[in-house]
Amino acid sequence: MVDPRYHGPALLVLADGRVFRGQGFGARGTVVGEVVFNTALYGYQEIVSDPSYAGQIVCLTAAEVGNVGTNARDDESDKAAAVGLVIRSLSPVVSNYRSEASLGEYLARRGVLGIAEVDTRALTRHLREHGAQMAVISTEIEDVDALREQAAAAPSMAGRNLVDGVTTKARYTWTESSWRAPSAEGLSGAEPPPADLRVVAYDFGIKRNILCKLRDQGIETTVVPASTPVAEVLAEEPDGVFLSNGPGDPAAVEAVIAQLRELVADDRSKDLPIFGICLGHQLLCLALGGQTYKLKFGHHGGNHPVRDERDGSIAITSQNHGFAVDVDSLGEGAALTHLNLFDKTVAGLELTGRPVFGVQYHPEASPGPHDSDALFQRFAAQIREFRGRPAPSEASAD
Amino acid sequence: MPRRDDIKRICVLGSGPIVIGQACEFDYSGTQAIKALRQEGYEVVLINSNPATIMTDPELADETYVRPLTPDDLDQVLRESKPDAVLPTVGGQTALNLALEAGRRGIFEHHGVELLGAPLEVIEKAEDRDRFKALMVSIGLEVPRSFYVHDMAEARDALDEIGFPAIIRPSFTMGGAGAAIAYNREEFEKMAAHALSESLRSEALIEESVLGWKEYELEVMRDGKDNFVVICAIENLDPMGVHTGDSVTLAPALTLTDKEYQHMRTAAAAVVNAVGVTTGGCNIQFAFDPESGRMIVIEMNPRVSRSSALASKATGFPIAKFAAKLAVGYTLDELDNDITKVTPASFEPSIDYIVTKIPRFAFEKFKGADDTLTIQMKSVGEAMAIGRTVRESLGKAMRSMETETWGFDIDVGEADLDRLEALISRPSPQRLWLIGEALRQGMSIERVHQRTKIDPWFLHHIAAIVELEERIAKGPRGKVPAPAALLEAKRGGLSDPRIAALCGSSEDAVRERRLQAGVRPVYKTIDTCAAEFEAHTPYLYSTYEEEDESNISDRKKVVILGGGPNRIGQGIEFDYCCCHAAFALRDAGFETIMVNCNPETVSTDYDTSDRLYFEPLTRENVLDILDLEARSGEIVGVLVQFGGQTPLKLASAIERAGYSLLGTPADSIDRAEDRGRFGELVTRLGLHAPRWGVARSPEEAFNIAHQIGFPVLVRPSYVLGGRAMEIVHSDEQLDSYMKLAVRASPDHPVLIDEFLAHAVEFDVDAVADGKDVVIAGIMEHVEEAGIHSGDSTCCMPPVSVGHETLKVIRETTESLARELGVVGLMNVQYALKGERLYILEVNPRGSRTVPFVSKAVGTAFAKIAALVGAGKSLAELGVEERVPEHVSVKVPVFPFVKFPGVDVLLSPEMRSTGEVMGIAKDFGAAFNAGMAGAGVHLPQGGRVFISVANSDKQAVIPVAKHLRRLGFEIIATRGTARKLEAAGIACAQVNKVAEGRPHIVDRIVNGDLTLVVNTTDGEQAARDSLSIRRSALAMRVPYFTTLAGAQAAAHAIEASRSQGRVLPAVSLQDYHQRPSFAAGEEPDARERFRG
Repeated sequence: MVDPRYHGPALLVLADGRVFRGQGFGARGTVVGEVVFNTALYGYQEIVSDPSYAGQIVCLTAAEVGNVGTNARDDESDKAAAVGLVIRSLSPVVSNYRSEASLGEYLARRGVLGIAEVDTRALTRHLREHGAQMAVISTEIEDVDALREQAAAAPSMAGRNLVDGVTTKARYTWTESSWRAPSAEGLSGAEPPPADLRVVAYDFGIKRNILCKLRDQGIETTVVPASTPVAEVLAEEPDGVFLSNGPGDPAAVEAVIAQLRELVADDRSKDLPIFGICLGHQLLCLALGGQTYKLKFGHHGGNHPVRDERDGSIAITSQNHGFAVDVDSLGEGAALTHLNLFDKTVAGLELTGRPVFGVQYHPEASPGPHDSDALFQRFAAQIREFRGRPAPSEASAD
Repeated sequence: MPRRDDIKRICVLGSGPIVIGQACEFDYSGTQAIKALRQEGYEVVLINSNPATIMTDPELADETYVRPLTPDDLDQVLRESKPDAVLPTVGGQTALNLALEAGRRGIFEHHGVELLGAPLEVIEKAEDRDRFKALMVSIGLEVPRSFYVHDMAEARDALDEIGFPAIIRPSFTMGGAGAAIAYNREEFEKMAAHALSESLRSEALIEESVLGWKEYELEVMRDGKDNFVVICAIENLDPMGVHTGDSVTLAPALTLTDKEYQHMRTAAAAVVNAVGVTTGGCNIQFAFDPESGRMIVIEMNPRVSRSSALASKATGFPIAKFAAKLAVGYTLDELDNDITKVTPASFEPSIDYIVTKIPRFAFEKFKGADDTLTIQMKSVGEAMAIGRTVRESLGKAMRSMETETWGFDIDVGEADLDRLEALISRPSPQRLWLIGEALRQGMSIERVHQRTKIDPWFLHHIAAIVELEERIAKGPRGKVPAPAALLEAKRGGLSDPRIAALCGSSEDAVRERRLQAGVRPVYKTIDTCAAEFEAHTPYLYSTYEEEDESNISDRKKVVILGGGPNRIGQGIEFDYCCCHAAFALRDAGFETIMVNCNPETVSTDYDTSDRLYFEPLTRENVLDILDLEARSGEIVGVLVQFGGQTPLKLASAIERAGYSLLGTPADSIDRAEDRGRFGELVTRLGLHAPRWGVARSPEEAFNIAHQIGFPVLVRPSYVLGGRAMEIVHSDEQLDSYMKLAVRASPDHPVLIDEFLAHAVEFDVDAVADGKDVVIAGIMEHVEEAGIHSGDSTCCMPPVSVGHETLKVIRETTESLARELGVVGLMNVQYALKGERLYILEVNPRGSRTVPFVSKAVGTAFAKIAALVGAGKSLAELGVEERVPEHVSVKVPVFPFVKFPGVDVLLSPEMRSTGEVMGIAKDFGAAFNAGMAGAGVHLPQGGRVFISVANSDKQAVIPVAKHLRRLGFEIIATRGTARKLEAAGIACAQVNKVAEGRPHIVDRIVNGDLTLVVNTTDGEQAARDSLSIRRSALAMRVPYFTTLAGAQAAAHAIEASRSQGRVLPAVSLQDYHQRPSFAAGEEPDARERFRG
């Protein structure tokens, strides 16, 4: 009996030889990537379209996937992102008023291979025990040994610079604010303030919702390629610089690290607010002389508690990273501000006496809780202070 | 912040008796809270009237006050026990209301006691609907638009604002009575006028309808530093319009995008901040318009709730335990996640399975009740099921109900699509099954969605299950599907019995074939974190997948089967016994393995046993677990005698599968349950039992009834809780019963028993080890035989019999236990008529009264019985019968107020949902406390209405005299009045309803009466006087429908006059320290209690 949800048998073979049989959906073919698990319960579309997953196969621990379909507005990027998706069960139907296409259609369009009916809990436990590793999904090759060899032969994530593949080719300006629920406007705030601040964002694989969240604070962002020289950015006299999230091993993105070293050292950026998220935070740290290392299976999910070490408050955060900053090597002048309470890894740092900070997690959420909106407010407030601008409520009062 | 040192002693408020809407979940939360507080070194004082709880076990709190949850009683406890603080947030609405009431009276201030968890201000803000709505609007959230109106003009204005459909709720009626939905102007005019006249203050609420919107509930926690986490999001399958307690609900939320879910989460945080819940767990309910995405806040509860118990079981995150710790100062990050041990409690659980909760109803118990599901909760219990997919989870949930359903197998007779369309349009307990049938018959999913508003996502999955069923049904008859098809069926969530029914085979054949083919379930862990961290708690569920992580041990194991969903006749008492077995056997060195599917209970707390399987209590699921556990170590036995009828039904299947029962073997159970075999046993022992016969046709029934002589007790052959049991006085009544009963269960014959009129009934609990027998307690029923023992008020020790009778009872009980070879618990029901003792029933298993008896005596008999089952002797354990000096009374609690029009007369059909216990030095005071605990506050004086059946007209005289002596004015209907006057008792006459106005109901409604005594004979008389009893219920006038009850009330009123209404605060622990008597050495009851 053929299940109408799927297009046929598919295989997931790990580099260490573990094999999972399942049913294919989305794109067909064979794909290699590092397999990681994500424990978020909601937001598969945002996950699949997040460029930080470039070169990776994502196993979702959520049991039922595809229920609400997909829509253009919820895309985090149209760049390359996850190459494969592993799930337990695919929805036979799409049920959401905002949906435009099913997950299967969506993955097919993006060229992402899906494999369902997999014991995803077994896979997750395997990754937890043996670490994230390279794997192959195939809907065409049935030779398990050949697939295992292909997985084993693939280069590991450590040492791989994947930024060049996802950074924008041309600069662009972002003006859209974040999604607003159709009711409860008081909660989402009134219309966003006029965009009176201008930030340049280095794109290492940026998520759209970061740009939206910046816009919510009255910031218009110009997104520039990762290779944009610091001098060029500084010549524009931006109000602030943003360092985006992105895929791969931060230590391998050497050219960018060198640039950031230059940025932080430049006289003109002495008071310039700089904010980094995820890979941006790691690169900032490396530029300051700190070190990063690969985590066994990374942090991918929407439930990680992070404590602000300055006031003890806790935020539930969205996380997606395979590498972390070494707490003993925060870098010159950097201080720990946020701690991941799951494993006590570095979740945030700041430069003492300067408006420069980064967080390892994703305050833009998407998917995940919006507990950390305040970081965008903090960035905007620093900019306003730096530029001597009034707060938006005062500015927009007429 | 670490724990507070400025408080030392904390009083926890319990939730009282089990009622609809408030069940075992508060025993679970209260027990967790008490354990957590004591672990932190606090002294804990508990007040709760419900003896069937684990929380009232004397070893749990430092001081346990089993007494009514009234402000006066709380005041007394606070005065004498002197706690520093009160925790009101783990005892449900009862505890919250008690705190509010006590707070308004200034009781906390007076004793200098602090409220932990939620201060009064917070409780008021959340509980007052108007204030809550205004608060929501002020933070930018939407609420259903609504207006209070006082006349029709205002009502019409409100309608113009709101539009159709409009909900009309009269204000100030009990239990939401009289709410209606208007779809057109004509209906609106009628309903609004009716509502205004119904309302005591001529006020009604006209509210925007969000019927058909999707319904969600977020279970959240917050600590003293404003840290906020969502433990679980729950989505209702039944859309708005059905109470969430009556809805099928699933976790996690399944049909929201991340954007929508996070919006809801942010809104929940805003609600909690606005209401200002200081610390602990609470829930927020939302309605969500699937067409526009509009979201509305429905309500929030600033306390742990039924759904927080569900969320705890669904995720493994113990909300109540942490709520207690947060209440004494901890923050979430200072607490460890028990399951992972390495991560903190400040996180949001992620789950990699689907949880389904399904409600269990008891409409069959309430003749004439409307089973339409509405905004007022009517279910009496629930089951929870876990599967890796929604199909697996839903299928398990359906068969966890123990309603003899194994899939979408409802028999709709000739019903066609038109009929089914009408049926599914009305929310009812059968709707889910009817939807399956409609889809099977070809109704489109779109059509089902239009009629039910159930999200198409769920409907598609239901359709897929039905389609899978159909594929098997289309295979060859009598042939079990091939291995590949079997695997597909199991992965699709079908049960063995369902597959058997579909392919025309037997469950045994399906099981055998399945095992041969190696199609076995694997077990996965509920670990709060979707496997991100290693789990250290074996909390498991089955699924058909690749990897098994059950990690079974090589120890000596005891498997304890729980009681499944609560229902009338089987509830918390059985869970109490199961928990005790787990505690005792764990201490005795066994690995304890619990199997149960009731999320409300303490037994399904992962702390209770060494291993927990959250699985349906069906033969298939239980045998699968036994087969797994047997692979390593040794299953010493399976305990089936503690969980009520549910595990007992599995006893022989378990033995047949080669596993032994712990304690009493299945054959002994059968000897007690099988009528014929039991009859032989009674004869053999030279005892007496009512004469009886089995009728398979109306003719046989008449013959038997005539042989025995009316009145007779009739019932279908297989019953739990006295279902469809009636006392029949005439051929005419028997005729109508046979038609009804035979239709109700065509395959089962009808049992006809001699009914012993005017007999005194006794309940005896005993424990036996195969050699010795120890009586745990002898209870005397207040009401005469003929009222279901679960619905009777009973008293321990007995009050109306002397040593000789007690001796006979003891000896008979011992001989029964020996003859049956009971190892463990046994319950016997006796009736004493004249000098002769009749055996009504013997149950070689734990009974409903075990916790009551254990608390009355101060011995944990369930623990003893479990140890005996595991091989200990009673002599070794040093147990002997002790008769306490104090008197304990058990009073049942009924849900009549939730079922309009249903008669409140007591009968052989059990209808109570719970019980309370009153303890005092004499019967009157104990009965008074019991009544108060049950919410019946006996009057100190005033006017009593008496109307009794002809057969009671002589016996009523002493009762009336007693009430006169206590100063009551008496009014009576003509017949009763004549009799009373003839006996020289002053009384006034009042019209029956049929005799013209003003009549008795007018007097009740006008508040002229403080007490109602009304007994009836026969159905016609009962029908004629129904309005008297219903209006007494509605007006909260204490009523008694038996003379024995009325007499007990007179004693209670007298006691309360002489001793005061509020008893001194004596803890259970104190009572247990007091001297007691050996069997036969107790003072003569008749002298002691009734002088």
